[in-house]
Amino acid sequence: MNEPSNFAPQESAPTPDASPVVAMRDVWIGFDGPNVLEKVSFSVAPTETRVLLGPTGVGKSVLLKLVNGLLHPDRGSIELFGEEIAHMPEEELFPLRARTGMVFQESALFDSLTVRDNVAFQLIQERVPDEEIDRRVREALRFVGLEETFAFYPASLSGGMKRRVAIARALIHKPELLLYDSPTGGLDPVTSTNIIELILKERDVHGTPSLLVTHRLQDAFTMCTHHFDAEQGRMVPLPKGHTDPNTTFLMLEDGNLIFDGSLHDLLHTKNEYVREFLE
Amino acid sequence: MPRSLADAMAIIPIERTAKQLVLTTQDYAVFSWSALMNLFRPPVYWPEFLVQCDVIGVGSVSIVLLTGFFTGCVLSLQSATTLAAFGATSITGRFVSLTMIRELGAVLTGVMVSGRNASSIASELGSMVVTEQIDAMRALGVDPVRKLATPRIYACISMLFFLTIVADAFGILGGAFVTVFLNHQNGTQYFSMVWEGLHYPDIIQGLVKPLFFGYIIASIGCFYGLRTTGGTEGVGRSTIKAVVTSSVLIIAADFMLSQLLLFLFR
Repeated sequence: MNEPSNFAPQESAPTPDASPVVAMRDVWIGFDGPNVLEKVSFSVAPTETRVLLGPTGVGKSVLLKLVNGLLHPDRGSIELFGEEIAHMPEEELFPLRARTGMVFQESALFDSLTVRDNVAFQLIQERVPDEEIDRRVREALRFVGLEETFAFYPASLSGGMKRRVAIARALIHKPELLLYDSPTGGLDPVTSTNIIELILKERDVHGTPSLLVTHRLQDAFTMCTHHFDAEQGRMVPLPKGHTDPNTTFLMLEDGNLIFDGSLHDLLHTKNEYVREFLE
Repeated sequence: MPRSLADAMAIIPIERTAKQLVLTTQDYAVFSWSALMNLFRPPVYWPEFLVQCDVIGVGSVSIVLLTGFFTGCVLSLQSATTLAAFGATSITGRFVSLTMIRELGAVLTGVMVSGRNASSIASELGSMVVTEQIDAMRALGVDPVRKLATPRIYACISMLFFLTIVADAFGILGGAFVTVFLNHQNGTQYFSMVWEGLHYPDIIQGLVKPLFFGYIIASIGCFYGLRTTGGTEGVGRSTIKAVVTSSVLIIAADFMLSQLLLFLFR
């Protein structure tokens, strides 16, 4: 784990006394073999965006699923919105999960439903009137720039469009926490940039706290060095030398959290593994 | 290698398999019971139930109809040959109707529907698992067992009941076809023997069984589908397990139900 004393202080960190949206303490998990995660502890403060870095196969997606209660840890404590969920029964987890939005690695859109029904899935379960569903779906699709796909089926969309629809589905319920599982994985650079721009837009327009899993450094740095300009309707770089104070980094190595800090800390760390990853 | 160590090594796979079997049975019992009980706690997904009735019930009519018809034909052919030795070909109708209604209608419909629907349920849900659609559903605050398994189980139970009636009816018609057109016997006599030979306990026996078979088919299909691991190859494995297990369980359940129903209606 990173030792804060070794690094320069952050420019401006999220309010330390605000109770975290997510707090993971000493979490262990394994599946019929060596542990996938060991002794993982971190938290996500309100309005904070945490970027979880690491090569493939180190347990990033597992960690994200633990946060949402989709997996249960073998040991340790996980608090989501102040409630302990480590061993919470599935039925009690559903209302908590409904307050989060999750974007899966391969979009995980329902094949048999149209884009409208995919995006409106939660609203349909809550029996929201059709007119309101249509209005909110169009609004969410407009946010991701895909209003024209309203009546399409996922099979007719490209990979990038599917990710954007998945983001619209995660956002429609105005979540209090967003979880992105490698949202740019397997996409071309232009589409990846569009996806990151959407994530920035959500961060800067709505201020939703989020946990973003990625193995792409350029995405992580873009998150920190850019902001969404609502007037121009696109993301723009921050002035030279400035970074977003609410975007911080975590890094996993073989199931262990080896770094927790700001971009400044990340760039000046002495940890060999982190340095190798950055290089 | 010391003999005791060799013995221990031989026992380990048996022990592991036995434990796995017990664990799977326990998981299945918990899963299928909770899926069944979901009907009595809101929300109940009635639109999904109706869709599944269409997919499982209407979609299976043609195979059930053909299976029933040709089984009746074969029963009529075989029984007429045997009964001719005793000069009793006139009771062919009774033989066909009793065999179809008490046993074959329900069992063959169960096996055919299992081949068609346990496989499709397992592969559909298995594909949803490997593409993270099930996780996405859970992440969206919806219980996949309640949303996907419960409607399929109740749709399969109710549709198998009606499909069995279709199979029975077409089995009797198949028997009539062979009796009249191939064996050149009297059709009126055939149908009067069908009517005389049937009693309420026979019909009850034949219509209780599909309720259990429907439950087995859909619950096994959903169970193996939702337990899929290992990508597309895993989907194939789940499909095979679902069809094999549900078919074997249908035959085993038929034996136990027959014993019980014969005891009750003796």
